[in-house]
Amino acid sequence: MNATLARPLTLWLLALPVIIAVLGLALQGLAAVNASVFFAWSYFLEVLFAGLLQGVMYALVALGFVLIFKASGIFNFAQGSLVLFAALTMVGFIEMGLHWTLAFVVTAGVMVLLAVVVERVVLRPLVNQPHIILFMATIGIFYFLDGFGQTLWGSDVKVLDIGIPKQPLFVLQGVFEGGILVNAFDLVAALVGAVLVIGLAVFFHYTRIGRALRAVADDHQAALSVGIPLKTIWAIVWSVAGIVALVAGIMWGSKAGVQFSLALIALKALPVLILGGFTSIPGAIIGGLIIGAGEQVAEVFIGPLFGGAIQDWFAYMLALVFLLFRPQGLFGEKIIERV
Amino acid sequence: MQLRKLAFAAVGALVIGGTAATPPASAAEQFVPLLVYRTGPYAPNGIPLADGFNDFMQLVNERDGGVNGVKLAWEECETQYNNDRGVECYERLKAQGATGSSVVNPYSTGITYALIERATADKVPVLSMGYGRADASDGRVFPYVFTLPITYWAGADVMVQYANEKEGGSLKGKKIALVYHDSAYGKEPIATLERLAEEEGFQFQAFPVAHPGLEQKATWLQIGRQLRPDWVFMWGWGVMNSTAIKEAAAVGYPMDRFVGIWWSGAEADVVPAGDAAKGYKSLNITGVGTNAPIFEDIKKLHADGKGLADPKNIGTVLYNRALVNSFYFTEALRTAQGKFGEKPMSGEQIQWGFENLDITQDKIDSAGMTGLLSPVKLSCADHEGGGSAVVQQWDGAKWAAITDFISPRRAALRPAYEASAAQYAKEKGITPRDCS
Repeated sequence: MNATLARPLTLWLLALPVIIAVLGLALQGLAAVNASVFFAWSYFLEVLFAGLLQGVMYALVALGFVLIFKASGIFNFAQGSLVLFAALTMVGFIEMGLHWTLAFVVTAGVMVLLAVVVERVVLRPLVNQPHIILFMATIGIFYFLDGFGQTLWGSDVKVLDIGIPKQPLFVLQGVFEGGILVNAFDLVAALVGAVLVIGLAVFFHYTRIGRALRAVADDHQAALSVGIPLKTIWAIVWSVAGIVALVAGIMWGSKAGVQFSLALIALKALPVLILGGFTSIPGAIIGGLIIGAGEQVAEVFIGPLFGGAIQDWFAYMLALVFLLFRPQGLFGEKIIERV
Repeated sequence: MQLRKLAFAAVGALVIGGTAATPPASAAEQFVPLLVYRTGPYAPNGIPLADGFNDFMQLVNERDGGVNGVKLAWEECETQYNNDRGVECYERLKAQGATGSSVVNPYSTGITYALIERATADKVPVLSMGYGRADASDGRVFPYVFTLPITYWAGADVMVQYANEKEGGSLKGKKIALVYHDSAYGKEPIATLERLAEEEGFQFQAFPVAHPGLEQKATWLQIGRQLRPDWVFMWGWGVMNSTAIKEAAAVGYPMDRFVGIWWSGAEADVVPAGDAAKGYKSLNITGVGTNAPIFEDIKKLHADGKGLADPKNIGTVLYNRALVNSFYFTEALRTAQGKFGEKPMSGEQIQWGFENLDITQDKIDSAGMTGLLSPVKLSCADHEGGGSAVVQQWDGAKWAAITDFISPRRAALRPAYEASAAQYAKEKGITPRDCS
């Protein structure tokens, strides 16, 4: 991890307990003056922890966006449909009788194949076109995959169960009466998210392909001039994004069932990206954690003051506040252009 | 390049030609537009519904030769559950057939709201069976909208009656939470539940869930860890339902105290939740399963290769609902034919048929639909018809009814319908009809 990233991360880690304590005290004060707000420290920590774990789920989706943006500067509108398509395909193979591990491998292969097709059919003819054209092309991919996935695998809700435990656990029972509720599924999701981020960070920083990816992201023309094969790099990055989408699809599909609405979770990744930065893999995770925890705490403790269901717009509002102070996001690269 | 253009032209011609080749309804047929959603986020619900309509109308044509000799003709139009597409479909199909659209079943509260004024102006009855505006039950203000057999407000009343009975006859001091889709649909029961909370002495708290409802962790932490209610009612739709069931299980909320409305009680709502859904309850406005005699005829229809539904949908909650919906329509058509003659009816004539609809238990039995619906009787003023709902429970593999049909307490509901309809009439400048 480079120094520019380590410093803000360390600062965040040190500041975190202070932020949590201040937030808790503020909400405790709010509960004291407004009867519609309920506050107890154990409950607050429970909500906060649940939010952090939910944030990891958002980050899993946001990672796919970051990968493609990092390598090509394109905001991939189709990431949500990649998640849905991957999950549908994996369930399809499981229903054909494959064990889930084998289905995972075969689906990963399908996602690589899809990446190659996208590169050959959509991206290659658009090399050196403005980013907005490529963005529009990803909208086309979104609608195509959306319909193609349903045509191929049907529109029914499908169950994806790969044996991830889902029972509620109660921790810190000695500290708080009744303990703090944590769901085993969320803990597994957090673990998966952590492994994925570490794997991607290593891939980007310590492999030849990773360095080539970063070179392409910086400047297509310059990368081409030093012999980096742009077409291959795009196919690789779409493949990796496809596999990340598969992991996100498995986690979200296990949680909510594999169905069309999975494509809509891409909307939850947007505030995460605004906050974490479009080009930072750790940023996606930190952004996810902040958005997840922020919206859950807001929904539970501030929501009653507004009639509830505030978490969706609150996530965007939180991201916009950050945007005012850091337009490139918390960990995004600062864009300096000479005029 | 020339070849490519020719290929595109050929494909285009095939597509256009294919559409044009769909045979139009003949002058001797009764045309029924079908607004369906076989694709999109609500397709898991839309497909069995559309299948039920197709099978029932096909059965009426094949088994009975139509309604009094008038065969049914229909065309599907895909709405994807979007309001704008729903209106577009309605407009596209309303002039089809010899007498135009004879009824419209929007299967979306949003599309129903969007069509009320248009359909009324066009004199096309809107059959919003168990959805749409509850106050449209007042036929004096809404002459072309029919809400049979039961409205959301009445559904809320049935839920409270059920909870009351389970609590030994009193809800005093108990807590009831409502988890609802944050939309016009989800908000429908709130006023009724607030009134009942006051009358019966229970504490009521409502929790909105933003569309589409994939995230409900915060909601269920509040319910399961803070409020800890005795009962949770749900007005959900689509993915919100299965997510709610999973999140309820994640906070350890007992499923047998969790009751959904009839749009939160299909197979697609519980199957994705897996074992967590075992014991979950919901209301239903139709019977469940394939015990009714009509299913023998449907099986035969499929055995003869004339069935139109995916066989795996036969007997599912929403398939059965579409059977009952179609039955209401064919009975309204039959009633209208009794007055206007055995020929295709106009929307205006079928509106008369609905207002004079009297589906008795004998008619239900002779149609082979015993157990699938309860009797209804409509009038000029009453477009709800006095229907009722059952409570059903998911056992992990199938739904099973656990009560008889429960009638809502309409003595209190009717004044609420009338007050709300009067307000609507005032806003729209409508002079209510005289139904006396």
